[in-house]
Amino acid sequence: MKHLLSIADLDRADIEHLLDLSERFREVTQREIPKVPALRGKVVVSLFYEDSTRTRISFETAAKRLSCDVMAFTVSSSSVKKGESLRDTVQTIEAMGIDAVVVRHGAAGAPHRIASWIDASIVNAGDGCHEHPTQALLDLLTLRRHRGNDLEGLRVAIVGDVVHSRVARSNVLGLTALGAHVTLVAPPTLLPVSLEGWPVAVSHDLDDVLADTDVVYLLRLQRERQREALFPSLREYTARWGLTTERAARLRKDTLVMHPGPMNRGIEIAADVAEGPASIIVEQVTNGVAVRMAVLYALLGSGTGAELAA
Amino acid sequence: MTVAPRAGQPTPATPTTAGDGGRFVFRARVFDADDLRRAHTRIAHEIVERNHGAADLVLVGLYTRGLAIARRLADAIERFEGVTVPVGALDVAFYRDDIGLRAVQPLGPTEVPVDVTGRTVVLVDDVLYTGRTVRAALDALTELGRPRAVQLAVLVDRGHRELPIRADFVGKNLPTKLSEDVRVRLTEVDAPGDGDGIDLWGPVDDPTQSDSGPDSGPDGGPGGGT
Repeated sequence: MKHLLSIADLDRADIEHLLDLSERFREVTQREIPKVPALRGKVVVSLFYEDSTRTRISFETAAKRLSCDVMAFTVSSSSVKKGESLRDTVQTIEAMGIDAVVVRHGAAGAPHRIASWIDASIVNAGDGCHEHPTQALLDLLTLRRHRGNDLEGLRVAIVGDVVHSRVARSNVLGLTALGAHVTLVAPPTLLPVSLEGWPVAVSHDLDDVLADTDVVYLLRLQRERQREALFPSLREYTARWGLTTERAARLRKDTLVMHPGPMNRGIEIAADVAEGPASIIVEQVTNGVAVRMAVLYALLGSGTGAELAA
Repeated sequence: MTVAPRAGQPTPATPTTAGDGGRFVFRARVFDADDLRRAHTRIAHEIVERNHGAADLVLVGLYTRGLAIARRLADAIERFEGVTVPVGALDVAFYRDDIGLRAVQPLGPTEVPVDVTGRTVVLVDDVLYTGRTVRAALDALTELGRPRAVQLAVLVDRGHRELPIRADFVGKNLPTKLSEDVRVRLTEVDAPGDGDGIDLWGPVDDPTQSDSGPDSGPDGGPGGGT
């Protein structure tokens, strides 16, 4: 495995290998000295063209715990402001001698393009409305830790702004690869125009789905990507699609509540539900570091899948 | 998850099933189950003798067979000394010096149940070969604390060291060729039906194999390194 651009590039064995590896790194991150020398001397650049808190810090923490050197590239204080193109920017960075670029970009496919321009390993940390593969992997790890390693038959409802969500796309691919059943729950305006070929069920009624689901995965309402009115009002959105306190009270006791963050508290999820006993949102963040260590180790250290068998 | 065999870490095999694509053939039985049991007992006694008792000892086994051997040594010490010695497990993958040269994969969680600081740690592995695994183990162990002393126990020392490392306790000094492979079978780890033992395997097409057989039978005396 040279790059991690899309969950679609991984088969079930690849995903399970990365999750097993993540478990080893979870143990490392819980040690008194949560750091190993595995990738000493490797240089990882984080190149974020979009805002991020958790993903960027999570990747940089992961790289440091593997003893990589980390260069954080901040677009707002770089020559991008002088009009430097994406291609010139990454080629300039590569010329300094680097091993991996963790890239977030507003345009779907940007990481693929970068991978065709330079030799370093590329990790997609979110590209437009396309994919966010490490988010899906950390969600799968979090679910496995609660429901055991076999997610076959697990029923997951992904609720909300699906059309703008790279998290939804990567999670649909990852969950179904491991045998889980995904139902997308959203108003028609927040679903992609065509879901042909998606291995999912669709519902427009959250209350219909809730009683029969093992996991409620709420998506952030991405108002920054919405250029037109896709629903009448925030209040109505919350009333019909939000996990309110009243709705959460009707969930089965063992149903898990997840959210990729950052949360719009009071819109897609009530504040007390986010902190409630069903919520595993904080664990998602914790597991993110271990998953990203596993991804960096697989790309820069050990290889995965077919390379292991060779 | 597929795990490539580590150098000096024999893959599980029996004299009849190679499991390595047929590149190796069985050469000689080095230890049978009784020899192995006696070696465990002797090493356990030597560890206690060298340390004037078993207090403040920790046995730390390297995945995968080293851990099984550490547990057996702890059981033996408990039987004749009446002291329960803590057993830890150490994964050295992330400390190895060949990451990137081959598919180095972790084999299990590092779990040492006590603080190693101030204690004597006995690292336990099945085969001592280049010494690189032990070098990585020393680094991994140092992250957990500052032991008073670190000792090394192995079932087989097959020579060919690439680092200045030697074992304190050895089941069997076994001169080998680089082309040969030493395979330790333990029922906890390998096919239980094959029983315990240590075998020497060699390459299929080695014309000189007939005069390179190892001594057989246990070493007997107190172990020493190279």
